[in-house]
Amino acid sequence: MGEVVMPQMGESLVEGTITKWLKQPGDLVERDEPLLEISTDKVDSEVPAPDSGVLEAIFFPEGETVEINTVVAVIGDGTGTGKHRAPAAPQPEPPPAVPATPPAAPPIQAPEAPPGPKRRIHSSPLVRRIAKEKGIDLSLVGRGSGAGGRITKKDILAYVERQERAAASLQPATAFPDVPEARFGDFEVEPLSAMRLSIAEHMVRTKRVSPHVSTIHAVDCTRIARLRSAAKDHFLQKNGTKLTYMPFFLQAVSSALKAYPLVNTSLDGKSLIKHKEINIGFAVALDWGLIVPVIRNADEKSLLGLQRSVNDLAARARSKALKPDEISSGTFSVSNYGSYRSLLATPAINQPQVAILGIGSVTKTPVVINDAIAIRSICYLTLSFDHRVIDGATGDLFLEHMRGILENWNAPVL
Amino acid sequence: MPDAGAVAHGGPATVASPRALPCGVRDLGRIGYREAWDIQLELVRARKAGEACDQLLLVEHPPTITLGRNADTAHVLADRARLSHLGIDLQETDRGGDVTYHGPGQVVAYPILDLRLWRRDVAAYLRALEEVMIRTLLDFGIRAGRVQGLTGVWVGDSKIGALGVHLSRWVTSHGLALNVATDLGHFALIVPCGLSRPVTSMERILGRAPSREAVTGSMARRFGEVFGRAMTKAGPPD
Repeated sequence: MGEVVMPQMGESLVEGTITKWLKQPGDLVERDEPLLEISTDKVDSEVPAPDSGVLEAIFFPEGETVEINTVVAVIGDGTGTGKHRAPAAPQPEPPPAVPATPPAAPPIQAPEAPPGPKRRIHSSPLVRRIAKEKGIDLSLVGRGSGAGGRITKKDILAYVERQERAAASLQPATAFPDVPEARFGDFEVEPLSAMRLSIAEHMVRTKRVSPHVSTIHAVDCTRIARLRSAAKDHFLQKNGTKLTYMPFFLQAVSSALKAYPLVNTSLDGKSLIKHKEINIGFAVALDWGLIVPVIRNADEKSLLGLQRSVNDLAARARSKALKPDEISSGTFSVSNYGSYRSLLATPAINQPQVAILGIGSVTKTPVVINDAIAIRSICYLTLSFDHRVIDGATGDLFLEHMRGILENWNAPVL
Repeated sequence: MPDAGAVAHGGPATVASPRALPCGVRDLGRIGYREAWDIQLELVRARKAGEACDQLLLVEHPPTITLGRNADTAHVLADRARLSHLGIDLQETDRGGDVTYHGPGQVVAYPILDLRLWRRDVAAYLRALEEVMIRTLLDFGIRAGRVQGLTGVWVGDSKIGALGVHLSRWVTSHGLALNVATDLGHFALIVPCGLSRPVTSMERILGRAPSREAVTGSMARRFGEVFGRAMTKAGPPD
């Protein structure tokens, strides 16, 4: 016994059209027997019966387009008792990657369960015509106010109004829920910018599609801190730019990505896209949001080359002069929140990548070395990774690879 | 980076690895629409029952106008008498889509795939079938593409490849039709897919028709590549 729902035929598809009922109410159906046909674009699909029994009710006629997961029919034991539940609101499961349209409004008022035998819906032709025009399933309207529960014109118009109000108040998944205005006193309303909306959607998506796990390793950066401060003035004089820690971390992470290529992949459905280039995006904070420009082939660049790329891309991010492929070609990302003195954080993955490196601030810290307390420049590195693709051990080995390089830096800085 | 377009539209652009699932290829040559449909139905049954692996049927139909599930009969511009005078068969089918024309000089491919073993996504499936045609055409030096919002494969404004698919428990039937050397005049009898857009063929673009074998060979190879299947020659159907 069960409900027949409009199946989701693809990640981006939010609805389907009923093209043909292969069974009529009252017909006996066998589990897995084709029950109806639906179409989406150029594909026709059969929907099999989820259970054996009697087709008790069909909620939508042929030609009707309905949201995925909407109940379109009910199969019961033929008595109509109890098994006949009115269509529930579409379940947002699994939702499309980015909702193209807000999902249909759920009925505000759950219809009362039919008492005893299958409920007949009494209504006039006028009411039925309104229902048809507005695409309303009368069984959702509930018991009418007319004689014997008959649905009157007033009932259906009130229902339509409730539905429309509900639809209007329903926002895309990324919007904040309505807040009672009275709580805050005076306020202003500012719509989100396109960039903010896009970030919001991306964040919701990444947290939904990808189970994030983070691992954090402490790295002793004393050696590169000394190398850097020794080379700093000369580097600036010779190259006209300051040397930051960023190129060191970028070289170390490039090497780790080569050693653990699984971290340099994307997940596409059931396939892993193994990237052959190491293109590292790094988050640049802007007054109006955030953007992640990409250093192409970061593994082929010297410390100077990386520093110049970082400076150039960050400057152009701030002057809005990035080219489209400079923000879209990333295979891995880095978030350097240490520059804002954050010690450690758990960054969110930049989809469709499978991991992101977070770099905390390099801070002089008392640490125990050979049972003595020493002052060292410590930095916490975080790898947040997609646990569908990467196991914990790989994440730890990845950071240990970086630690090995950073703590034993032996390449010339200048 | 791999070709981002290919990834977005039809799965990874990798050649089938040795562990790729097999897909039998059968070229049935010229065969009636109804007869080919019966073979498809049998293969769909066998695929669902696990008696057969994925299959790619390659056929060519005698002149036939087919009506998809969503077909508007107004899109058949000639009456039945005129069609029968021209020797053109009219068939109603259970594929998606509107009206189309099949005829000699057209390579029609009917993949019988279990999409549960690929991707449970009909939109991705359509984009992948388009990708097969786009890559096949590129093998002959023809740059074809998609038109936003429409299904099919286009060269400029003209449609060169059409799609129509049926699914039963995620097993596909029907498929794609690529105009190699089709009599384009016959398309004047219908509004193809309900769209008033011109239709073209490889012959029209290249000035000469490539051989059917060259096109089917390339298509089978590209199919294996796009779907990640190891294509193997299969014998005639039982």
